[in-house]
Amino acid sequence: MNSLVILPVLLPFLIGAVLILLAKKHQAQRVITSLTVLSMLAASVILAVDVYQNGIATMEMGDWPAPFGIVFVADMFATMMVILSSIVGVVCLFFAFSTISTEREKFYFYPFYLFLLAGVNGAFLTGDLFNMFVFFEVMLLASYVLIVMGGTKYQLRESFKYVVINVFASMLFLIGVAYIYGALGTLNMADMAVRIEETGQTGILNVIAILLLIVFASKGALFPLYFWLPKSYYGPPSAIAALFGGLLTKVGIYAIIRLFTLVFNHDIGFTHNIILALAGFTMFFGVLGAVSQFDFKRILSYHIISQVGYMVMGLGIFTPLALAGAIYYIAHHIIVKSALFLFSGATESITGTTDLKKMGGILKTHPLLAWMFFITAVSLAGIPPLSGFFSKFPLILSGMQEGRYIITAVALLVGLLTLFSMLKIFIYAFWGEQKHTDEQAAKKIGPILLPIVPMVLLTIILGFAAEPIFSYSYGIAEELLEPSIYINSVLGE
Amino acid sequence: MKTNNLLLQSVTQVVTFLIFAFSIYLFFAGHNNPGGGFIGGLMTASALLLLYLAFDIQSIKKALAFNYVNIIAIGLIISLATGMVSMFLGGPFLNQYDQYVHVPLFGEVHLTTAVPFDLGIYLVVVAIALVIILAIGEDA
Amino acid sequence: MEILMSITVGVLFMVATYLMLSRSIFRIVMGLVIISHGAHLLILTMGGLQNGMPPLLGQEAANYTDPLPQALILTAIVISFGLTAFVLVLAYRTYDAHKTDDLDQLRGTSDE
Repeated sequence: MNSLVILPVLLPFLIGAVLILLAKKHQAQRVITSLTVLSMLAASVILAVDVYQNGIATMEMGDWPAPFGIVFVADMFATMMVILSSIVGVVCLFFAFSTISTEREKFYFYPFYLFLLAGVNGAFLTGDLFNMFVFFEVMLLASYVLIVMGGTKYQLRESFKYVVINVFASMLFLIGVAYIYGALGTLNMADMAVRIEETGQTGILNVIAILLLIVFASKGALFPLYFWLPKSYYGPPSAIAALFGGLLTKVGIYAIIRLFTLVFNHDIGFTHNIILALAGFTMFFGVLGAVSQFDFKRILSYHIISQVGYMVMGLGIFTPLALAGAIYYIAHHIIVKSALFLFSGATESITGTTDLKKMGGILKTHPLLAWMFFITAVSLAGIPPLSGFFSKFPLILSGMQEGRYIITAVALLVGLLTLFSMLKIFIYAFWGEQKHTDEQAAKKIGPILLPIVPMVLLTIILGFAAEPIFSYSYGIAEELLEPSIYINSVLGE
Repeated sequence: MKTNNLLLQSVTQVVTFLIFAFSIYLFFAGHNNPGGGFIGGLMTASALLLLYLAFDIQSIKKALAFNYVNIIAIGLIISLATGMVSMFLGGPFLNQYDQYVHVPLFGEVHLTTAVPFDLGIYLVVVAIALVIILAIGEDA
Repeated sequence: MEILMSITVGVLFMVATYLMLSRSIFRIVMGLVIISHGAHLLILTMGGLQNGMPPLLGQEAANYTDPLPQALILTAIVISFGLTAFVLVLAYRTYDAHKTDDLDQLRGTSDE
């Protein structure tokens, strides 16, 4: 029994509701929101330390015992994800302060921002499949509002597609929940794992597993269900795009990893090979999309897709080393990708465009921005000693060890193409002739860059302190591959 | 176009109160019987909607000068706060407490923390339904 | 009874799929509404349809019904109510901004 488990969910939810009442006073909203996200970060760190020292913490809502009531479970994987979401929440918020228009602020930007974080944290911490659906919906409803906020013609058009695809996937989620309830008679994830072991009906369970894989693949942008992502992430302002690019797809990936380590581990030869194949296609087609684009934000959006493939590749190989690599990759990706989206917002605030062909010479006028971008970009591409290298290395190593040469080759090729498209951004936007006016060149971007500095530092730290962080993610992977720890701490046997 | 909805308007004046009373009954019945905050809230929303339909939006807005968005927030806060009370008393989130109290005239009354929680839901449902319908309705 | 319900759910999914594959925004929204009804009915059916008393203390009946599917459906209905409302407003605004409800014309240009 530990009430701290639910704090990262309740806190933003409650404060978000309070902020609706304060919609007119935007200075008060800013102060309260920043205090909330900072205390959320503090709570999640305390929770993670507690879980690291004392093992999995659970909380049974309304005191209903575990398989009957809704249970919140904080294991190491969940707490790590909550910390990451809080970090992104803090950084994007401070970036939003200096870039978001007051019109949006008055239109309930901060309440929905906090509801989104509450939904994300809830989806990470819940131990019940239906409850996960509910938190997905909280998160998605907030994301629909944030993505359409502003209401330009482009946003309306692409948001409609985004919303329809996500609603359809949510309905498939509901159908999957119904089938699981029919097949197993429970929706508590730990209890589901126990019952699958008991019943041993692999045929029907494989069907359900693939149905849920489709659901989370369309939320997490896996091949072939990623088509909605690049266009819809282009519309909203950079602070929101960074939050989405860093967090939303990763919630889908979290759900895939959680379900396919804890629950659907009955037929690994079938399900995990499908996952591996999907990972390969996702990486490859995602990076091809990125290479073909000439727009800062669109390149980054396509890179989300290709990198989601790496995470799922770790799950598909299914050894502790590969899974640890995938988890390290999630941490690295959330930080670096949000930072890159924020950089695209910073350059946009200078040049007024995200089209690479209309940019150039920012290195001369804003060297700090250029070099910070450079560090993050090569980190994304996987150059040592930054975090990107240490997250790709275990994946490729375990691919070699397990004899999965095709996927390893794809991963290496994709890494090369990532470097290529990142350098393309650097060459077009930062080198060359100055294409923005002197007036734009004189623009001070200190307050915009300041929130991104911690992210750049984090990618450097994640690289130089790879040893302890990797052993932490190895511990998470071992915990994930030993579902009985999770099951026992939830069901209390 | 101005139409004379005499029949609708006079019926509405009576029926609204009937629906409203029934919705309050449903709200309190929810503890042991079919009913509850969601159903009661929808029923109240339908009573208010009938008013908006029978009379024009502007005059009802003058009569019921609520900011429905704020009511959503208040409802959410009531519900969440009720759930959080138990956290301060050492129990888990959403834990329930109940007590039988003897009140003069009413006799034995069963007080539960589920009622304020449901009240929050009720407010949220009424307000959300009206916000959405008014948002679509006012645009035309 | 379960078979009848399954067929009903199947018909709902079929209608919803047909509507969602059309080009008109409004039909797609209707498709989403219908598929959500189908999913709710499916949850109820998958829980098993039994006759029995509500599972409350002191009923002393021979058999009770399973309350969980109904609780799940209630939650899902609330969520899809909110979603439907949002999608309707969004569809209307999209139609208003672009003056068309044909998705072929909402495809977007290639240079974007």
